[in-house]
Amino acid sequence: MSDELKHLKDAMQAATPEPSKKDADLALAMKNFDDFHDARQGSANAARPTSDRPGFLAGLKSGGIKMLHTLTSRGALAATTSIVAVGIGLFFYTQQDNTIFKLPAPKPVAQPVAQGAGPAVTATDDEVAAISEAPSVAERTERTAPAPRVRQSSGATAPAGQNAATEMAADKADAGQLGGVIAAEAPSAPAPQMLKSIASPQGKAGTYGEVIIAPPSAPNTEAFANADANPVKITRDEPVSTFSIDVDTASYAIVRSSLMNGYLPDPDSVRIEEMINYFPYDYPAPKAGEAPFKPTVTVLQTPWNSGTQLVHIAIQGEMPALDERPPLNLVFLIDTSGSMEDPNKLPLLKQSFRLMLSQLRPEDKVAIVTYAGSAGEVLKPTAASERSKILSALERLDAGGSTAGQAGLQQAYAVADGMKKDGEISRVILATDGDFNVGISDPEALKTYIEQKRESGTYLSVLGFGRGNLDDATMQALAQNGNGTAAYIDTLSEAQKVLVDQLTGALFPIADDVKIQVEFNPAQIAEYRLIGYETRALKREDFNNDTVDAGEIGAGTSVTAIYEITPVGSAAVLNDSLRYQADSAPATDDSTELGYLKLRWKEPGAHKSQLMATPILPDMGEANDDVRFSTAIAGFGQLLRGGKYLQDWGYTDAITLANGARGQDPYGYRTEAVQLMRLAQSLSGR
Amino acid sequence: MTRVIPIVMRMMTDDETLAAQACNGDREAFSSLLSRHYDRLFGLCFRLTGTRADAEDLTQDICAALPAKLNGFRGQARFSTWLYRVAVNAAHDRRRRFASHARAADGWGDWEINRIAANKETQEGIDWLTQAMTALPQELRDTLALTLEEEMTHREAGEVLGVSEGTISWRMAEVKKHLKAMHAKEQKA
Repeated sequence: MSDELKHLKDAMQAATPEPSKKDADLALAMKNFDDFHDARQGSANAARPTSDRPGFLAGLKSGGIKMLHTLTSRGALAATTSIVAVGIGLFFYTQQDNTIFKLPAPKPVAQPVAQGAGPAVTATDDEVAAISEAPSVAERTERTAPAPRVRQSSGATAPAGQNAATEMAADKADAGQLGGVIAAEAPSAPAPQMLKSIASPQGKAGTYGEVIIAPPSAPNTEAFANADANPVKITRDEPVSTFSIDVDTASYAIVRSSLMNGYLPDPDSVRIEEMINYFPYDYPAPKAGEAPFKPTVTVLQTPWNSGTQLVHIAIQGEMPALDERPPLNLVFLIDTSGSMEDPNKLPLLKQSFRLMLSQLRPEDKVAIVTYAGSAGEVLKPTAASERSKILSALERLDAGGSTAGQAGLQQAYAVADGMKKDGEISRVILATDGDFNVGISDPEALKTYIEQKRESGTYLSVLGFGRGNLDDATMQALAQNGNGTAAYIDTLSEAQKVLVDQLTGALFPIADDVKIQVEFNPAQIAEYRLIGYETRALKREDFNNDTVDAGEIGAGTSVTAIYEITPVGSAAVLNDSLRYQADSAPATDDSTELGYLKLRWKEPGAHKSQLMATPILPDMGEANDDVRFSTAIAGFGQLLRGGKYLQDWGYTDAITLANGARGQDPYGYRTEAVQLMRLAQSLSGR
Repeated sequence: MTRVIPIVMRMMTDDETLAAQACNGDREAFSSLLSRHYDRLFGLCFRLTGTRADAEDLTQDICAALPAKLNGFRGQARFSTWLYRVAVNAAHDRRRRFASHARAADGWGDWEINRIAANKETQEGIDWLTQAMTALPQELRDTLALTLEEEMTHREAGEVLGVSEGTISWRMAEVKKHLKAMHAKEQKA
């Protein structure tokens, strides 16, 4: 041990607690312990009586009030003179193992004390509505914390160097709760309750209405891109279904972050195809000399409906020889606006890029452009071999100012253009919490700009960080139109997955503008519906139009699309036949084919597309682990979106199906998914 | 006939058992658990914050919240590891809170004010420590605060911080580098 350390260590010995302070702390802890356990017993059967104290604190559980009196740390006392922050901790029991999870984490909701005004506790209808749904409580409180922003997303208060092992994440959520309590600038107390009821949408609003003091005019700063779930189509009326593939994974990570924080995700944040495509699958790969990817079709029984079947279309991209890959030009476009200050944003971003750097080769080049107020080139194009230079530039980044998103993008594309040589791949990697608040704010206008830039051959990847003002809609618009992917990074292990394990796929496209078109045979199939891909629908005629943009497939990645089909004559047919029109257009083809699958794609950089086609036959393929697991995730996603077509099939079935199809799961992603299903089951009360 | 002696040997019971009993509402168990760990907890808080006043506040906040938090402890880690994780997270929140008041010292908040206050109540050695630790980046400070604990191995510190053992070792090398540089600077001055 060096002298300096020894010096430190000696100094440490001086730090022993004052005996009186120790006694006081222990007494305080015991008191809270008693309050906590009394309250738990009292609330086991029914909501506790309210209003043991009039005034603006009416309805705070007595334990909470006691704690208000006993918590007297310096900062807290100073803050209480102007601000009252009330955090509530909500608990409930899961049935499986009697462990306790935190429900909507206690976000401090601060409100100036109205001097002499009437009781501040007047829950508006709006609030009651929010209270009646657990997810809304969390979302809402998260959004309502006014400036100065002291809130942190719970679950992210810990150092970013985090293992996403579920145990850790759960503990983190716990820690976040303490964080919430302590960071609330005023003492706040866990109001322990058995909250099984709040987890269901029918939760009694009255129980909590008095606790939550939220300004009704809360700005909603999270925006998600989604469309209504694809409806069931009648094959005879509309036999052709066309869509673009989607290799984004952002939605799954957003869903995970919501569930880990103890609330069900906003249904609009759930994009089923992105959840399915989050997982690596081992679908049959193309042989050398074939097309860059290979589709495999499997027809299997629908788990949630005995009268229908699933057509499972799996596309596996080839893994080209990595040794011969062309040099990469990467422009990191980093959002350093004030909102990026949270530890799960800029600090996590730095760590993530550090991980990624180790995957690059000496001949690759890296440049860093930031945008915050004004855009700037922080690091000129630098060879990846100059590691320390790149790292120190990363380290110097500091959050502050507002976001000039457009100026930053323009500069990043300009830098990327400057770096480009023949045969090299240029990519702009945009890292942001999606808060484009200066310059361009309209996703449509940004889209137009990116579309123009796409022509120059530069790819764009979007990495989302943090929650609270995550603008998923803008991220989607950028990635979809910039020939790129969107991923959401909530933990360092997610960064590991996206930027290390799957870096090759993320950075090296093997096929551009991949479109899928399926024509169903009305003689065999009465109805069909596409699960997910709502935001990727294309017009029928766009399939053959090479100027219409679509998704890219990266090296070694896989893409899955699932149709639910109802055979002619099945009891599960939803649409009755018409009274005034004969069942016109009798099927002319007596083939037993269920349908015809067509794929179009372009070689990277090419302008003309190629076509691949294969018939879909009954009982095609084999429902292996990969097929069944992706089906379980499709079901899970539908449950999170409301499960309109799932009948009685619930989380328990999804868990059973997923558990039975985990396979090798070398990275543990599938195990984690099962954990999330269990969390969602508990949170939804189903 | 054997008589069962109904004396619970609290001091012999391990932390995890006590924690489980405390979760179920056992007062005694909670009391012995906290008494057993209080001094170490305070020590860690001291190393995390750098001043006695801050350490006292932080310890108190943790004690106050512990009864409720304990329900989140599910025995998957050692109790001490879990408790330290709680402390490190609470310290981060505290730093962040103060950082928004005064940004002078790279996230560790108004350490200057604290340092002046600390001068009055602590000896010079601790003052030097405060300055030395303040100058370190946050993750190095946390690492140092944990590893200075007598029985804390790098592996355990890694568990608390959610990073690998190798990362802790690397960070400690960084800490030594920083401290050496700081020392050299002082010598010059």
